[in-house]
Order: sequence, then C-alpha cells, then structure tokens
Amino acid sequence: MARVHESTIINAPIDAVWHILRNFNSHVDWHPAIATSQIENGQPGDTVGAIRNFTLADGGLLREQLIKLDDEAHELAYCLLEAPLPLNGYVATIKLKPVTETGQTFWTWESTFSPPDHRKQELVTLVAKDIYQAGFRALEDYLGGSGPIHASVHNQTEQGASPSPSYQQIRRHDTSSAGPSALGTLTTQAIVMDTHGGPEVLRPRQVDVPAPGPGQVRIRQSFIGVNYIDVYCRTGYFNLIDPPGIPGMEAAGTVESVGEGVTHVQPGDAVAYACAPVGAYTGLRTMEAELVIQLPRWLDPRMAAASLLKGVSAGFLLQDVYALRRDDVAVVHAAAGGVGSMLVQWATALGARVVATVSTPQKAAIAEAHGAYETVIGRGADFVETVMQVSNGRGADVVYDAIGRDTFAQSFEALAIRGHLVSFGQASGPIGEWDIGHFATKSATLSRPNYGHYTETGPMMEQQATRFFKAVEEHMLTLAEPTLYDLGQAAEAHRDLEARRTTGSIVLKV
Amino acid sequence: MTHVYVSSIIPAPANTVWALVRDFNALPQWTPFVAESRIEQNVPSDKVGCIRAFSLNDGGRIREQLLALSDYDMSCTYAILESPMGVENYIATLSLTPVTDGNVTFAEWQARFDCPANREAELIQQIGTHVFQAGFNALKRHFGR
Repeated sequence: MARVHESTIINAPIDAVWHILRNFNSHVDWHPAIATSQIENGQPGDTVGAIRNFTLADGGLLREQLIKLDDEAHELAYCLLEAPLPLNGYVATIKLKPVTETGQTFWTWESTFSPPDHRKQELVTLVAKDIYQAGFRALEDYLGGSGPIHASVHNQTEQGASPSPSYQQIRRHDTSSAGPSALGTLTTQAIVMDTHGGPEVLRPRQVDVPAPGPGQVRIRQSFIGVNYIDVYCRTGYFNLIDPPGIPGMEAAGTVESVGEGVTHVQPGDAVAYACAPVGAYTGLRTMEAELVIQLPRWLDPRMAAASLLKGVSAGFLLQDVYALRRDDVAVVHAAAGGVGSMLVQWATALGARVVATVSTPQKAAIAEAHGAYETVIGRGADFVETVMQVSNGRGADVVYDAIGRDTFAQSFEALAIRGHLVSFGQASGPIGEWDIGHFATKSATLSRPNYGHYTETGPMMEQQATRFFKAVEEHMLTLAEPTLYDLGQAAEAHRDLEARRTTGSIVLKV
Repeated sequence: MTHVYVSSIIPAPANTVWALVRDFNALPQWTPFVAESRIEQNVPSDKVGCIRAFSLNDGGRIREQLLALSDYDMSCTYAILESPMGVENYIATLSLTPVTDGNVTFAEWQARFDCPANREAELIQQIGTHVFQAGFNALKRHFGR
C-alpha cells in the first residue's frame, strides 16, 4: 500500500477555494495536467456518484468517481475507475480548513493505492509532485494568488507595509463578497489584429484590461468560442473591427471583479457571454455586466464557450424568426455544422420533420443521429424532391439556409405556399440580386436575421440563454465536445476552420 | 453549545511544535498567560486522566483534566474542572497538522462549552483571542517569527 499526503496554504479564503473544488469537473479549468474533462451523463459536478471522464495533456484517458462531498466539513473523496497507470485501488481525499488568523486556507490532499512494488516510488512521486503539488500552485494562480491580481493586491497592501495580507485584504477574492472593485488595470495575453487579412494577422500580445466601471464586470476567461463570424470580422467582410482590435464574440470564465451597481453577478461566479461588441480573444475582459449570463452549475465553461452562441442562434431561429410548429416540414442546410446540428435536434424535439442536407456521408450520419427525418447528401434537385415526398408535394414550411449562393434558389424551390425562407448566412458567397416580386409566386416570407438584434440588451440575452439552457436540461439538445486550441494558436484555429478541417465547435483555451 | 475555533500557521515542523505542546504541564514554558503549573498527585503529564492545576498571571486558578492525547494525530483534548471563567461542560482540543509544502505547521485550537447567552460573545472573544490566538502568537515567537 502506498500513501501520498500533501498539504499547503492557499492565499485565498476557504469559501473561494471550496467553491472551485466542490465542482468535480473544475479541474479542467485550473489543473495544468488536464486537457479535457466532462462529467458523464451530463450530471452536475456536485453530484455524489458523478464520474469525470478526462484526458491528460499526453492523451491518457482516466475516469474518476466522486464518492463523498461534504460542504459542512469542506471535504470530498473520489476514486479511480480507469487509468493508463497501475494506481490500483486509488482513493483520494481533499480537505480544506480555514486559517482563521490570516483568512487563508489549509488544504490537505491525500490518497492511498496499491501499485506494483517495482513502480511504487515512481508513482508516489508522480502523484505527489505532478498532480498534488502542481495542482496546489495552479489553483492558487487560477484564483489570482500569484498572477496579475496578486500583484495588484500587493500594490495596495504594501502601503501598509504588511508582510502578509490581512484577512480583509484577502477577502477581495472571496466569492461571497460582492461590491465595487478596487483593483486597477491588469495585464493579460490577447489576440490582437493590426489590420484586416488572413489568419496570420491574429497575433498574441500583452494588453491592459481596465478595472470595471459602473455597470461593468471584469471576467477571467478560461475558454473562448471560435465562430465563423470571427473570420468575417478578421477579413473585414463584416465591419465590426476597426484595427487594431481583438476579435471574438463568445467566452466563458469566472467573474474577477464587478463595478458599481452590478448585482446579478459577483466575483467568483461562473459566467459566459455570446454577443457583440467583439473582443473575446483575451485572458481577461471588461464589459457591460448586463450582457453576461450566469452559467447553470451543470454547464462548465468549456462547454458553454463551445455552445452558447450556436444554441442561442438555434433558439431564436426556431422560435422568434419563425415560430416552428409540430408537424412542420423544416429544411436545415449544413445540418452537421455548429448551428445546423442544434437546429436538427431542437426542431425534431419540437415535433417537426427535418430534411437535413449535408456534404459527406460522415456528416449524414451525424444528422441522422440527431434525429433528422430524411438526410440528403448534396444540395441540388435531390433535396427538393425529398422535401416534396416528405410533405406530400406541399413543400417545406421553413428552410434554414446559411449556405447562401449555392443553395438559395433551391431553397426557394423547396418552399411551400406561404413558406418562410430564413437566410442566416452565406458560407458559399452572396445570394446575388433577387426580384422581390418573384416571392409572390409562393406568398413567401424571407428573413435575414442578424444575431445582434436578438441579443443586444441584457433582458434579451438572458431570455435567449435561459431558453437554450432549458432545452439542454430537457435533453432536447446534446452538446458535443469541442476541439481545443491554446489562445496563442488562434491563427491556426482560423486556418483549420476555414479549411473545414474540424468537426464540431472550436474553442480556444486561455 | 458554543464553539470557538482558531487556527494559525506556526513556522516550524509539526514534530518540533508537538514536542513542546504535548507536555500537559508545560503551559508556563510557552504561553504568556500561565504563571505556574503542576500535575496533581505527581503522575506523569502524558498519563491520560491527569489533572493540571495552574495559575494565571492575573492570579486566577484553573484545573483541567487530560481526556485524550494522540502522538499519532498530534492532538490533545482536555476539560475544565474548575475555573473563574463561568463556563460549563468546557472541552477543548489543540491539534497540529504538518503542512508538507514548506514543512511548517497548521495549528488548530477549539473549544465547546455552555454559558449564559448574554456572556457568549465576551467568552468567545476572551477564549478565542486572549487564550488560543495569544497561545499561537507565543508559539510563533518561540519558533522565531
């Protein structure tokens, strides 16, 4: 039997440390050894019995089960179910205690397991150093213990010439302490473009992030969603960035500090946003608090960054732009894409029959798995014929078309009398000039919705996000694992996105 | 029942701190508020059940009985038999835990007791600050900080 016992003092209050650790899936946010992680079966991260399924930076896959969670004693225990190493019978315990004198936290992390004798020393060292000791420092950094925030706090405390921060000073990090921030400007890594152009214009750079003003919030971002609109902003096709500027419309993380008058979120809250103005490709961001959404406990920041913008889009396309009805026939183009796969699942769950179009057999399999009534490979005459069969010759009640030039004419052809063509993108190019009189042949409705107009105020964003979260909770939508890139690799992520080398969402990890 | 809990970091290895505080008769050696102490009936100070009788700098006299002593957990639990403080059913535990990161000591001192409701705040302050935290401050000075 081997036993590992490590303990440390964390320069943050016990509530702040426990708030993170009690979420069994949080390790992907702060522990450097963890590459990806998710709780199986979509359970919340504080469910005793929950299994976290995670990969290490070297690709190793592990599964661990939460077997004890005690908010009163600040203790949790977990055991290993599967691992690439012989850590047989591994059971670990995490315990926190307050250091009342200083406001810090005493953290004990220990475990027992039965390794083969010849590997005992190696494995004990691995667990103690690479997992526990590395984890201690990483969590402190994550909490701002030795990062830029730390420096800021010290600038303030040094005036009092105190060698160790007092309890009150440390309480700035306390998740339970809301109120105006007293912190100044912080520095972080961001992706800045000095000019419009190809992926190469996306360059990492240190930037200053101001303290939140009245009504604002500063977010310590952990994951950033990459969307096709970011490419349009980069090339200048959309005029949303006047260089130099920072692209990106979607990210998730935790609130670092809040400005005056902000009440709906407080420091330590897990939050996300998916809206203009652009500027998401950064480690820290200050923005209007009302656009920031508090994440439900079951949705970790990585999955939120992968899905919020696409889920909100699917929500207003299906319910606001056109109010989908049970038994409608709906066409979804690019049905295995980010928004497309959400549209297929959600529309099917609402009772519509979905005709999905895709470009490859692999993508057809995805659309079918999501419940598409019929799936067509290619977007020529075939899909129009399929729509007519499914609708008994009537045509589609609604067509969701983000392809543009290559599909617009067929989309109109597939439409029923008084059908609704929703054109929400043009991945293949502009649709060209159309005579509006032609729409009279079907009394057709045409919409060209703009994401911004459905999410531009706090209440609108809140309503859209709530609807999306509810759809996931009710299993109308299943969220897919994103492909992760480091923030510094934003240019590479854009190259792969434009070359369609990826499937599913792309997320940048800070 | 009232609970007082105080914890601190002592800048010395836990074994070293424990060697000093495990002696139930050693309060005059490390606390600033105990003038003199003896173990009743001349039994060893690590005999569970022994009673220490000590006097405070202000002249107050206290008798406490050792209920548990663990070299394995580095903890010591005792009860007040007689004191001028006006508490009942008072049981306290002093415990040490190694902090492996830096080889220092996490020290905890806590007590549970009954008292009149109108004296609770005053007693928490007196015991928490002027006994437990004062004791930790003395330990920190003793070990060089």
